[in-house]
Amino acid sequence: MAVTAPAAPGTLGRLATVTPENLRRRYRRDRLMIGLLVVATTVVLVPLLIIVWYVVSNGISAVLTADFYTQDLGSPARALQGRPTGLGHTILGTMVVDGLALLIAVPIGVGAGIMLSEYPDHPLNPVLRILNDTLNGMPAILKGLLAFSLIVKPMGTFSGFSGAVALAFVMLPILARATEGVLRIIPWSIREAGLALGLPRWRVVLNTVLPAARVGVVTGILIAFARAAGEAAPLLFTSFGNNFFSSTPLRYLMGPVDTLPARLYSLAISPYKEWHAMGWGAGVILLVLVIVTFVGTRIVTRARHTTDL
Amino acid sequence: MDPVTSPQTAPSTPKPQQAGQGEARATVAADAEPRLVTEGITVHYGNVVGVRDVSLTFRDKTVTALIGPSGCGKTTFLRSLNRMHDLTRGVKVSGRAVLDGTDIYANGVDPVTIRRRIGMVFQKPTPFPTMSIYDNVVAGLKLVGIRDRALLDEVAERSLRQAALWDEVKDRLKAPAAGISGGQQQRLSIARALAVEAEVLLMDEPTSSLDPQSTMRIEELIQELKDTVTIIIVTHNMQQAARVSDYTAFFYEGDLIEVSDTNRMFTNPKEQRTNDYITGRFG
Ligand SMILES: Nc1ncnc2c1ncn2[C@@H]1O[C@H](COP(=O)(O)OP(=O)(O)O)[C@@H](O)[C@H]1O
Ligand SMILES: [Mg+2]
Repeated sequence: MAVTAPAAPGTLGRLATVTPENLRRRYRRDRLMIGLLVVATTVVLVPLLIIVWYVVSNGISAVLTADFYTQDLGSPARALQGRPTGLGHTILGTMVVDGLALLIAVPIGVGAGIMLSEYPDHPLNPVLRILNDTLNGMPAILKGLLAFSLIVKPMGTFSGFSGAVALAFVMLPILARATEGVLRIIPWSIREAGLALGLPRWRVVLNTVLPAARVGVVTGILIAFARAAGEAAPLLFTSFGNNFFSSTPLRYLMGPVDTLPARLYSLAISPYKEWHAMGWGAGVILLVLVIVTFVGTRIVTRARHTTDL
Repeated sequence: MDPVTSPQTAPSTPKPQQAGQGEARATVAADAEPRLVTEGITVHYGNVVGVRDVSLTFRDKTVTALIGPSGCGKTTFLRSLNRMHDLTRGVKVSGRAVLDGTDIYANGVDPVTIRRRIGMVFQKPTPFPTMSIYDNVVAGLKLVGIRDRALLDEVAERSLRQAALWDEVKDRLKAPAAGISGGQQQRLSIARALAVEAEVLLMDEPTSSLDPQSTMRIEELIQELKDTVTIIIVTHNMQQAARVSDYTAFFYEGDLIEVSDTNRMFTNPKEQRTNDYITGRFG
């Protein structure tokens, strides 16, 4: 029909003409947009690089010593008298607390995300959403308080475990939202294809939808981890802090332990410049931890295109 | 070769052919027992009616084509036959769909079991993007716990051959399914549906994204499958309906207008609207 109908004067004609003049104008506009994007990127990148540079230049001397990794902190006298001192116990404690927090938060948070996205009609769904939104809006210090009243009080002691729970509270809403978000953009047709094979709903979610969303879910885990790894507030009255290696492995869970963000804070506000240097060192380790996690996981998620059932 | 009239036969069931009038396929169809019988299936999308009061009988090991203009309710009806509508909010299905004497919508009937018996091929290819070609084909078996390697290999090869895909992928079964062409993905989806050996196969315009060569192969496949499976196929292509089906049902604006033996449908339709559609006057 369109072929026989005469083109409305001015519409088809104008759209169809590409003169060298308006082509040049398009290219100019294109270059302008690219220029603006470069400027915007720079505005974001420069402060970031300044922070990294500042932390690294101040902390590099501390982290290049072996003692920094093998010794614990002890009293200020050690640093002042030049005796061996370090943050080995802090790094260890951070790994224990952050690792345990991930172990607790990932199954629950990803599970909640699956629930929110895949079972919208479940009666518990609205409850879960309110709970998640509440947790998401709650200040980190209150999450620490929550873990304090739930775990520290009943246990009667500060502990790495309670710190991990507090950090899990930080991770949970981030994980749930990220997971829900990525699952929602997986085409509905994939679910239908699975169900049409006579697979139960949960199988379809676990073996077809979730793998398709794998990269997004892993990214969500990373973001949650990076957020929680930098938090000091939830740890102040949960894992509390410790100047020494714990005497037994169990004590990292059941007794007070040191963590990098909390230690960074206490070193920074101390009156000793030797400790300030170690505080910068703690900052370097935190940065490296976050960057290594990001890069490492990116490589892992990119390397494997197919999954085994 | 006596015509069998079953007591379950709905009023709209095509009448058995008179001797001499039909061809061989019509006679085969007349012999067959009803496999899936719908009684007054109505589907609502909120307040919109997708399909209205459809009663149809699908006989064992026959091919029934559903035809009609876009939006007349073919997909809607097809999806009601394996409870695919269960998953979409705001969709209400009423009426009965009786598979071997059991209403699939009755209380206590597990839709998962129903879908294992009534498989479905969709209009658009839907490979599982993260799985290999091989894992896609056997997904319906592997994911319910079948681990027998030899069995899975055998099923994978048979299903891929049936779907006319084997020769193209046999050297890269472990490659990601997302990496093959659209037409190949559609044949992969068909192979996947065949692998679980459903008794009834629902196909929603399965060849609309395929090239003529693959389309022909799929039509041949439908003929081969007829020995074991009951097939219900939605098609926009009148020639295809004529080529592959024993029965044809014509839908228009949510109503089942006419159902009959395919030969008669295309030579001597009862309804004016059917005639107008198949002669290309609308749609
Ligand atoms: N998800 C939906 N929500 C609302 N209306 C729908 C939906 N799917 C289909 N319909 C309506 O139901 C009718 C039948 O659609 P459909 O079964 O897809 O037709 P066909 O497959 O014959 O082209 C159409 O009027 C369509 O607009
Ligand atoms: Mg359709």
